[in-house]
Amino acid sequence: MRLEARAQYSRTALVVAPFAAIAFTLVVAMLLVAWAGAPIDETYALMFDGAFGSRFAWSETLTRATPLMLTGLSAAVAFRARLWNIGAEGQLYAGALAAVAVGGLHGGTGFDVPTYVLFPAMLAAAALAGALLLAIPTLLRTRMGVDEVVTTLLLNFIVLLFVSLMLDGPMKDPTALGWPQSVALRDELMLDKLIPRTRIHTGIVYAIGLAIALAFVLRATTFGFEARAVGASARAARFVGVPVTRTMMIVAMISGGLAGFAGAIEVAGRTGYVTLDMSPGYGYSGIVIAMLAGLSPIGVLVAAIFIAGVLVGADSMSRGVAVPTYIADVIVAVSLLSMLVAALFVRYRIRRA
Amino acid sequence: MNEGKAPALRLAGITKRFGDLVANDSISLTLRSGEVLALLGENGAGKSTLVSILFGHYVADAGTIDVFGKLLPPGDPAAALAAGIGMVHQQFTLADNLSVQDNIVLGTQPLWSPAADRAGPRARLLATAEKFGLRVDPSARVASLSVGERQRVEILKALYRDARILILDEPTSVLTPQEAAALFATLARLVAGGLSIVFISHKLTEVLRVSDRIAVLRAGKLVATVDSARADASALAELMVGRTVRKPVARDHRRGERVCALTHVSVEDAEGARELDDVSLGIRAGEIVGIAGVSGNGQEALAELLSGLRSARAGTVTVAGNAMPADPRAWIAAGVARIPADRHSVGIVGDFSVWENAIAERYRTPFASAGLLRRSAARRYARALTDRFDVRGAGIDAPARALSGGNAQKLILGRALTGGFAHGDDFAPVLIVASQPTWGLDVGAVAYVQQRLLDASARGAAIVLISDDLDEILAIADRVAVIHAGRLTDARPTGAWTRAQIGLAMVGATQTDVVTA
Repeated sequence: MRLEARAQYSRTALVVAPFAAIAFTLVVAMLLVAWAGAPIDETYALMFDGAFGSRFAWSETLTRATPLMLTGLSAAVAFRARLWNIGAEGQLYAGALAAVAVGGLHGGTGFDVPTYVLFPAMLAAAALAGALLLAIPTLLRTRMGVDEVVTTLLLNFIVLLFVSLMLDGPMKDPTALGWPQSVALRDELMLDKLIPRTRIHTGIVYAIGLAIALAFVLRATTFGFEARAVGASARAARFVGVPVTRTMMIVAMISGGLAGFAGAIEVAGRTGYVTLDMSPGYGYSGIVIAMLAGLSPIGVLVAAIFIAGVLVGADSMSRGVAVPTYIADVIVAVSLLSMLVAALFVRYRIRRA
Repeated sequence: MNEGKAPALRLAGITKRFGDLVANDSISLTLRSGEVLALLGENGAGKSTLVSILFGHYVADAGTIDVFGKLLPPGDPAAALAAGIGMVHQQFTLADNLSVQDNIVLGTQPLWSPAADRAGPRARLLATAEKFGLRVDPSARVASLSVGERQRVEILKALYRDARILILDEPTSVLTPQEAAALFATLARLVAGGLSIVFISHKLTEVLRVSDRIAVLRAGKLVATVDSARADASALAELMVGRTVRKPVARDHRRGERVCALTHVSVEDAEGARELDDVSLGIRAGEIVGIAGVSGNGQEALAELLSGLRSARAGTVTVAGNAMPADPRAWIAAGVARIPADRHSVGIVGDFSVWENAIAERYRTPFASAGLLRRSAARRYARALTDRFDVRGAGIDAPARALSGGNAQKLILGRALTGGFAHGDDFAPVLIVASQPTWGLDVGAVAYVQQRLLDASARGAAIVLISDDLDEILAIADRVAVIHAGRLTDARPTGAWTRAQIGLAMVGATQTDVVTA
């Protein structure tokens, strides 16, 4: 048995692949649910209900989807150019920290400027922090050929330790009764609620806007042409005069910037301050989302809502039947693996000998 | 079987499909004992598939193979070896870091066992070499051998395993004319020594010279089997291609001013090894300068230098009098048409559509304004381009990966020669850098590409033609320079060289040796 490249693969197959991957994943998860001794139909019904079954469920899912959309976009744009940014998690924390540094350290040490200056400055600082964090591995990759998968992944742990240092040190909230959490953002910097009496905030508008903008940039601009060309074939791109290194750097700034922006949006939209557990792996889930979306920015929006639904639905389901919420992590992880296999089958077919 | 007179090899009804493609369509063929049978056909005609089935790498969908009257089990290379089939691949399968003897013995006995018998195999190897007149030094490292010598080792490797049928796949493609002549002499000795040979090639002249019979394959079918003595080259060409092929015609035209000049140029690789060593060359408008040489002697560095991909360590490169930086954009802007050797991974972006590839060299100007791609202008251009350069097989929205080699090359050629119509319809490149422009193309596409190059030179383009195919260079170049180990000879008029002289220069004989040869 061997794999044979398909000369031409259909667009239908490209669209069907993620759905097939998800269907397969849900079947695998069924086995685990059955193993846990819970009724499969009831478990899935509860999960679906918890994710999409009510206005409240929808609002929770969309709230959870907001940072996932941004980290998904971060991964998608980087992967398009074959920059394997596995560091969105760290970039998100760096962005969150930068947001609080600009928008929270007031009363003596902070910046006393009007909100309409401070708010964009906060967002810009967050994006910049994420961008700079990814710039280092990207420079190492383009200059010295250092594998960015390793460097971006390991930077996540460094950033997390740095965050821990800041939360117990210079940025510690003196009123938090010893909990490691940062000082809070100024109230006027917090994002508005999109729907009253829910947690859903205007961050999702930013995320959707950025997805549309990114889709346009990739499709219609010369920079998008360059980024896609570098991803599809760096040698061919270089031959026709695409500045490969520069393109990679700009892609890195966008990708890291989006992840850093996600950090600011989480702080300003939900928590109001930075804690060490503010992200339950949003950066890593972003990779899954980008792959499920076939690296399409608009697809990222849909995939993010799906993954958010799994996470939120599992939380709610575990209160009803005896299946731990870890089933959500299993679904997310298996859907990535299934998607990779599905993508392989889009490009290759199996042949006997 | 009729008492020992069974043919060496009999293929009956061999069919092999890959998806919708029928690579071998019911091929029946006989190799008589003690003859040289040539398998002639274009790239993609099914020669390699047939041989892979013969050697057990593939299993045929239908058909049988008899070796000396005995049925060969399918899909079993070990059985093919045991039956006496030896194979010399186009890409040699030798370990550079081992000695000749170790390479030959490899697989027949453990190499590093302290108890290994080394004297016995050595004696046997030398006896085999002696018998067929193949001179080798068993203790030489393969890395130190020339290409011709390595091929000899490959042949010996097969003979050492008692091969009685030898299959050679495009054996001359990497050889100098002298080495090829030596190979033909060797083949004659092998046949005299009782071997039967299958000689695979797409080159008519050498097939006529070396074989007793010729089997012509076209599009997976065996279209004819003819006696070499009664065959004639143009008839064979037609059989091979399936239609009449017009040879490219050069039109008389004047040569102009010097367009491109390399002055004492050296290029080094990342480790500081010289890839081009003190190269000087001038190319005038309207002339084609051919760069001949055995592949791997600096052609790639020269092509990349003249495409703006590499910078010179020393010396200067000018186009139309201006020193050129190592930036493809500058070269494109200076009106240089570049055709890379690796058309599928450098010339085109396989995942991009045909139209995106068509504008790839000029996506900023003229096919964008204010940072936005001018999509409809780009697609209009792509349609005109595919039309004018006869790019077939995929629409402009299909991924370029779907194009065959010939069509991909036409696309690359078209976009380079028309310059995106940047200066209206009458854009003409000042310099064309064509690297292996016809490698692996079918005969029709070869003629097409060569004709386009000749036409461009008639319109005043200076052309550097870097090719491993000496016949191609002799056919269309006005002057020829030979590259060896990064050094380039003077470019002399094509008529001033003999094949023997070029062959000597290809292996690095000095200028005076070459001229007095």
